[in-house]
Parts: sequence; structure tokens; C-alpha cells
Amino acid sequence: MVNSTKDNTILEIKHLKMYFPVTKGLLRRKVADVKAVDDISFTITKGQTLGLVGESGCGKTTVGRCILRVYKPTDGQIIFKGQDIAKLPVKKMRPLRRDLQLIFQDPYGSLDPRQSAGSIIREPLQVQNIYSTKREFDKRVEELFIIVGLDPRMVDRYPHEFSGGQRQRIGIARALACQPQFIVCDEPISALDVSIQAQIINLLQDLQAKFGLTYLFVAHDLSVVRHISDQVAVMYLGHIVEITDWKELYENPLHPYTQALLSAVPIPQPIIERKRQRIILRGEVPSPLNPPPGCTFHPRCELASKECQESTPPLRKITDNHEVACFKV
Amino acid sequence: MTRLLEVINLKTQYNTTDGIVKAVDDVSYYVDEGEIIGLVGESGCGKSVSQLSVMQLISTPGKITGGEVIFEGQDILKYGANSNEMRTIRGGKISMVFQEPMTSLNPVLTVCRQLTESLELHLKMDKHLSRQRSIELLELVGIPDAKKRIDNYPHQFSGGMRQRVMIAIALSCNPKIVIADEPTTALDVTTQAQLFEVMTRMVKQIKTTLVIVTHNLGVVARYVDRVYVMYAGKIVETGTAEDIFIHPAHPYTIALIKSVPRLDEPRGRKLVPILGIPPNLINMPPYCAFRPRCAYREQCKHEESPPMRHIDGDHYIRCYLDVKEVAW
Repeated sequence: MVNSTKDNTILEIKHLKMYFPVTKGLLRRKVADVKAVDDISFTITKGQTLGLVGESGCGKTTVGRCILRVYKPTDGQIIFKGQDIAKLPVKKMRPLRRDLQLIFQDPYGSLDPRQSAGSIIREPLQVQNIYSTKREFDKRVEELFIIVGLDPRMVDRYPHEFSGGQRQRIGIARALACQPQFIVCDEPISALDVSIQAQIINLLQDLQAKFGLTYLFVAHDLSVVRHISDQVAVMYLGHIVEITDWKELYENPLHPYTQALLSAVPIPQPIIERKRQRIILRGEVPSPLNPPPGCTFHPRCELASKECQESTPPLRKITDNHEVACFKV
Repeated sequence: MTRLLEVINLKTQYNTTDGIVKAVDDVSYYVDEGEIIGLVGESGCGKSVSQLSVMQLISTPGKITGGEVIFEGQDILKYGANSNEMRTIRGGKISMVFQEPMTSLNPVLTVCRQLTESLELHLKMDKHLSRQRSIELLELVGIPDAKKRIDNYPHQFSGGMRQRVMIAIALSCNPKIVIADEPTTALDVTTQAQLFEVMTRMVKQIKTTLVIVTHNLGVVARYVDRVYVMYAGKIVETGTAEDIFIHPAHPYTIALIKSVPRLDEPRGRKLVPILGIPPNLINMPPYCAFRPRCAYREQCKHEESPPMRHIDGDHYIRCYLDVKEVAW
């Protein structure tokens, strides 16, 4: 599978499906599937950021984990630099892990409390066997500390001695250790204090400019996604309902769900905010175990008609780079 | 408007082995009838503890060490946490919506039991009547099929629904004041919008007063009449929502507003992060707690903690400097 890649595409997802089996009884018979990710496709251009937004349970984290092959996708292709990695065996996957890294949401749970900061960052280097002497390893660790804005004298400290923002920097240094090309940022700032979030956003942007990184930025905060993304995909119950560039999405959202989502984000300026029209959705996100037939959004949608209850709207092109999955657009 | 609650120089400390943590340090604020006020700040700034102190729900090693909480003309701190007077106020006249809907409901009791509990205690309703009233309350906060759902256990509800139940419980006895402590933090944005809509509607319907404790500036801008900004146990700025968001005067408030991206701004602005990290509340310096992180610290030569200073109208700041800068 080398043919389909255009020059600048670093990652292409084609019809990705990730179903988790639901088992029951002593023999763990499969009784149903949770369709966490159901037939999604997108591409990411090298050096750019794709923001993936949606509410909890919509499958956005699962997409990230499939790309990193934490999960083995049920179906579909994940073409990274011309190679389909969706079904690659674990052994063949290992060298590729240098290029694909992850920044976790929770800087408290994602660092081993019994390992020093330096050793946490050194670990991926050792796994990938990048250097041969201790001095080289130490030098690289020190370099990484400086890159993410930590004092290299703190290499021997343990995670509990760092603040939340500093811990997130350790997580970022670990992800950068092997000079990856592609990083999945899974809600990297949502566990941090408001005053710290801007530090980490700026760091991620600086690193992208410096090392030409490509990000998949998974988040639920739409203002942050607008700030950092080039392309934005909106997910709802395992499907992408709208995907376009950031400007188009925020200025001309077409899918009713995107519109509701955007109107629910408050703007910290009382005069503007009190004048804004708000769309309050009915009900809640249905369980992915038992999604509604047809368009999964139809029970909450103002525009829903019979057609929406019967068939699933495909993602279709409205303009060159604006795709929406809705019959009513 | 009548003054409903006035907190004067409230102090709450935690005695730990490492030293004294002044979680709430000389906090004063007031709430008028029918208002919605907002208390904003980062985690650990004492905003929740100040509210728990008003309710006298502080447990050891915490202790309320000073101040007055005047509610309906009486200093309720004098009653003591375990007094009968405080019991009638707590949950009856002042009620609270707690932060985590997942953990603040009792998992082994039905929703009905948890709702009727306060109705029977405070309003002396009998079983039948309190059940009727509970069903009404659940319908009011937007739980579909309330007649059946009332006999469910909390785990059978989603996060948003559980928070609706919490709101119903808080509103059940027609309280004078509802304190909502980060009511939507663990929830999705569309659910957040739904819940705030429910809460503000209820405030109008049953004419109660709402105190929203949150770290989300946007929420405050939308719903709140007056704002208190807290930092390191102290209120550093207060004013109307317009004062705080359009003419902020305290360096911390200015920095906070500058550090978050906004949906309506032109893109490409570099976010201005606040330097350093939130302070450790043990052994605080005698000078302004924000000074180590303040963008204007060079200009400030004062060695004491600044007092609250009047600017105009309802607008007060705890800072020596006159920072003239538009937030954004």
C-alpha cells in the first residue's frame, strides 16, 4: 500500500472501525458490539494539527489509540507514511513506535511514581536502543529537559515533587524523546489549572514549529481546539459528523450538532455572551451499545425528519474541504 | 434588595504537620436577595472551603478560626456546627449542589429516599406528600419519566441526570440560597448548558439566590451578576461581571483573562501564560501572594499584603498598583 499517499499526507485513515465486544455469562459469549468508532476516514497533512472534538464517549480517544495501535482496529486502514499499520503484527510495529507517540490527559496517573523524572524520559530511548553509552543517554535526557522548559538539575526527582504543569512537561519530554513525527495529544490540558493551560498550549505550538511535528489533538474544549488546530473533525457516537478547516468550522458550522456544541461554549465577555443565541439540545448522548437507527443524532435534532430515522447520512462534500454528515444541509 | 448573607473576615485554617494552611484568609462578601454571584479561582484557592465554612461543614484538621457569617441578621457561626439551628439552616435555608455528581449521591439509597429525606426533615412532610413533591421536583429539573425513575438508584442515572437530581435535592426545601460548587465541571459542554439553563430558570421560579463556584470564566460571564475572584485564600477582586471582564484591574484577573483562548477573537494571538505555579498555602509570605507571578512585580515595592481598595461602584481590588490595561 504505497500508492495512495500524496506528498504531504503523513497519516490517512480509511473506514476505520473499532468494535469492542460485550460478553456475557461464564463462557463469555459475545452478545453485542460497542461501536466505539464506526467507519471514519480522514487525512492529516504533515506539520499540521487535526483537532478531534466531541463529548465523552463519542470515540475520540479510541481513534487516537487505534492510530497508535494500542488497540487492534476491527476494520479499516491506517496508512502512516504510505504503510498500512492497522494490521501490522506487534513485532513489526515496534520500530514504528519511534515515530508515533502519545501525550496523556492525566499528568498524575501517566507517570510511574517510583521512577525518577530522568528515568521516565530515558525509558523510550532505551527501549528503542537509540544510544549506546550512558553519557549519550544522559545528554539526551538533559537536552529534553531543556526543550520542554524544565531545569535539568531536577532529573533525579520523582513525579510527586513536581507540580501538575511540570509533570505534563515530563510527559511531553517522554513523547519527544525518540524524535517522533506524529503525536496524539489526548486532552493534554484538561487536567491542568486554568493558569497553567496556556503554558502547555504554547509549549506544544513551539515544539510543533521547531520539530515539524504533526498533532492529532483530541479535546473537548472548543476554544482551545480553535486556537491550535488547522483542521477540525467533530465526532458524535463513533461517527465523524463534520470535518473542515478551523475557520470554516467556527464561522460556518453546518451540522446541527456542531452548531449546538459551539453555541454551548461560553465567551468570557458578559455583554457579547448575554446576547448570543444558544441552542440547548434535548436529552443526552445515547449509549453507544444501543445507538438509535439512522442518523445517531436524530433524537436530539430539531431538523430531524423521517429520512433521518431510517438511514444513516454519509459524510458528503459541501465545498472542497468541508464535509458534513447530514441530510438537511 | 435585601442583604441575605454577609460574610465578614472569614478565616479557615488547616493545621497540618507541615504547618498551618490558611485556606480561607480574611474573606468578606455579601449576597443580596435574588442575585446570582460567582466565585472564581483556580483549584486550591479556597473557593470551595469558603463555601463549606459558610455551611460549617469543615472537618478536622480544618477549623474556622475567625469571622462572622451573618444570615438573616444572625451570626450563624455562633450556633456551632452541630447545633439544631445550624441543622435547620443546612439543607433547609441554605443548600448546596456538590461538585461530583458521581460521588455525592449515596449509592445504596434510591433517589426517592435521598429526595424525601430533607423534605421530611425540614418541611415535616409525610411519606406520601414528600414522594409527590419529589416527583414534581424531578420533573421540574427535566428528568423524563420521573414517576418511574424516582425509584431508581443513582448508578442507573447518567452524570448529567445525577447532577439534575442533586439540583432537585438542593431546591427541594425552597432554600433562600443555593451554593453550587463547580456544578458542571465533570460534565460535557452540551450537558453543562442544559444544567445552567435549569438552574437559572429555577432561581427565577422559586426566587432563590444562587452562588456559583467555578473556575470557568465563560460560565461566570454568562450567568452571574457579581463576581468574586479568589487567589491563595483571599478575594483579590470583586465587581459586576462587566467590571471584571471588561475593565479588570487586578493583575491576576487580567492575566487569567489573557491566558484563555476565546471563540470570538481573531486567531493567531499568542496566549500569555501566567508565570510560575499556584502558591503553596503553607507559610505564605507577608507580602501579596500573587507577587511572584505578577507581571507588574517590578513596580510593586510594598512588603505588606495589600488591603481591599475601592475603585468605582461595586468594584474593589486587593492591589497597590493602578494597572490600566485592557484585558484583551
